[in-house]
Amino acid sequence: MTGEEIARTLGRLPELVNGNAALVRRGKTLSGEFLVQADDVPIHIRVSEGRIEAVETGPFRMRSWRFAIRAEASAWARHWDAMPAPGYHDFIAMTRLGVARIEGDLQPLMAHLRYVKEVLAAPRAAAGRG
Amino acid sequence: MALQYEPIVGRYATIEIGGRACRVYIEEAGEGIPLLCLHTAGSDGRQYRHMMADPEITKDFRVIAFDLPWHGKSNPPVGFHEEEYRLTTDLYTDAILAVADAMELDRPALIGCSMGGRIVLNLGAYHADRFRALIGVECADHQTSWYDTSWLHRGDVHGGEVCAAMVSGLVAPQSPDEFRWETLWGYMQSGPGIFKGDLYFYREDSDFRDRTDLIDTKRCPLYLLTGEYDYSCTPEDTERTAAAIDGAQAVIMKECGHFPMSENPAVFRDYLLPVLTEIREAG
Repeated sequence: MTGEEIARTLGRLPELVNGNAALVRRGKTLSGEFLVQADDVPIHIRVSEGRIEAVETGPFRMRSWRFAIRAEASAWARHWDAMPAPGYHDFIAMTRLGVARIEGDLQPLMAHLRYVKEVLAAPRAAAGRG
Repeated sequence: MALQYEPIVGRYATIEIGGRACRVYIEEAGEGIPLLCLHTAGSDGRQYRHMMADPEITKDFRVIAFDLPWHGKSNPPVGFHEEEYRLTTDLYTDAILAVADAMELDRPALIGCSMGGRIVLNLGAYHADRFRALIGVECADHQTSWYDTSWLHRGDVHGGEVCAAMVSGLVAPQSPDEFRWETLWGYMQSGPGIFKGDLYFYREDSDFRDRTDLIDTKRCPLYLLTGEYDYSCTPEDTERTAAAIDGAQAVIMKECGHFPMSENPAVFRDYLLPVLTEIREAG
């Protein structure tokens, strides 16, 4: 997958997340903006009380965000395999593997780590449902 | 219908560890060769409940798991509220030997996972005569730091939530959801700062590359079992460790992560039973 294809997949997050009441509840105390990057394509995600309000693809001239999770596009694609290979099954694992990195103010990420992990893995679960 | 109790029995005892009286919780099941079980950092002995309920294991082994002080149902020592918990190699080793002595265990076999796997190497190097065999699960001689553990104990991040979320990826994707979440529940329940304090031992005080050459597997056999999805103690870490120890037997377990005995007991027993058979036949 290319960076643009990763961005299109993440563009489905509002439908994948907002209909999942348990996931929205886990993110209830998170409101703000974070960035996902796939190769050189930035994807800006705005969250309001656990709901995904907007997903926009850059490049951006001016854009704020609290934390960023950057990875190779191929790593995001492998992250969403139905049965991901070791090292690609979790974005923290991807940082350990050296194919992803996390930057910015990590407090909102760490305070909602389970939620953010489940949001970014949502395309995998969606693929699993066929 | 009569209530069907599990075969596990739990009791409390006060044992001196590191010069302090510690009220320790101990569970056991089975009869025969004592098999002392060491839980992972930031969790407790419940991780071994499946082994304790497996008749194929308990017919020949007395499976014993204790919660380290500060963990599970073991109390922290009196005065804990004024101190920062930090596990060290010396304190961990003392705890294991103190429990084995207090229970009068005769050369037990020992299995430890993660930090419990790491301390196995120290026991093999300096206390081999105390044990008939050592099993290091997710065991390596050292680990390079891969995240900032200060996130595990802060006022503005819930400790139980972040500890569980940090380790959630260490469970293999194939592991059954029921056991994945039970494993993570242990982390959600851990006391404040305890996982971080255990990681002081794991990250800062246990570079055992200096003692692997002291391990004589003819005196005390050493088995290493590591899950392919473990990115904390990676398969490469375990294989490097095994290569440094003559006679160490390493197996990389398919479809397993960092907590094999609790995350996927059915898969783990297929790897564990042959090891236990060897230990039993060696007498």
